[in-house]
Amino acid sequence: MQVNGTHILIDKNQTLFDFLQSQSIDVNTIAVERNGEIIPRSTYQNVVLSDEDTLEIVRFVGGG
Amino acid sequence: MIIEVNGTKQDLVCQTAFEAREQIGNKTDLVILNGFQIEKDSKLSENDTLTLIRKGTMPEQTELESMMMARHTPNVHIKLKEGKVAIAGLGGLGSNIAVMLARIGVGQLLLVDFDIVEPSNLNRQSYYISHLGMPKTMALKNQLKEINPFIKIITQNVKVTENKILELFNGYDIICEAFDRPEAKSMLVNGALNQLPNMRIVSASGMAGYESSNLIKTVMPMKRLYVCGDLENGAEIGKGLMAPRVQICAGHQANMVLRLLLDIKDV
Repeated sequence: MQVNGTHILIDKNQTLFDFLQSQSIDVNTIAVERNGEIIPRSTYQNVVLSDEDTLEIVRFVGGG
Repeated sequence: MIIEVNGTKQDLVCQTAFEAREQIGNKTDLVILNGFQIEKDSKLSENDTLTLIRKGTMPEQTELESMMMARHTPNVHIKLKEGKVAIAGLGGLGSNIAVMLARIGVGQLLLVDFDIVEPSNLNRQSYYISHLGMPKTMALKNQLKEINPFIKIITQNVKVTENKILELFNGYDIICEAFDRPEAKSMLVNGALNQLPNMRIVSASGMAGYESSNLIKTVMPMKRLYVCGDLENGAEIGKGLMAPRVQICAGHQANMVLRLLLDIKDV
């Protein structure tokens, strides 16, 4: 799978939620696009990833 | 030759900008030709925009707007006047973005914040001592009216939550995400991208401390999402937020909004 331009090996049938957990990414501070479509945060647990997927993960840090 | 002088099209019989000044204005008037203040005389062409500004006098209301926009690159004013931009969060980013967008004449601004002006805001936010205790929406609107009385300013004194996004921002061209907390940034960006299929969002991430100015950039990680900042330096214990980098980031956001309003979609 491609994540932010880098190839990454993923487990079979891994959900987006599990993948984010495995990368220690806080799901409350990000936005994720899969194959050009924004993924609603409430569906991360239902999205099953595949090798052909391209993910773009934007992480927000505090300050404004 | 048809020349637009101080906002009004006029048929002039002259060849140069200084000849036009001699006919219409005063010898000491400043001359701005197509967005550039000229010191040497310059030839005029059909449909040029000429602004003559008399020093030390208050212009008529009808002339004021064209004089204010005289230093713009030509032909951007009309597009900006049609622009509708929402600013969510009126802190260091949002208050400074609003001031910039008002200066360039964006026609309609929506200002959204639930907070009041506090002393700790003054190190980076566009407020004064006289605003302390006032809702940020009101304090900012008062400033913007002094900067540009020709734009429409709408205020919403509310906390943005996911279920208010559609109602608050529907009908706007662009949302500037200018919140402080990363959870709020994520909530708005996700909510707006999902609920408003044509909305563009200009967001910010990473402008704390006093790292190099040059680390702050504008990126477009998603189709309708632009993110400005160094993408790394968050506010945390031991790393504060200060005017220079916050304003650099706000400048990136405001310029991206300007580009989008002029139909330029790349960063």
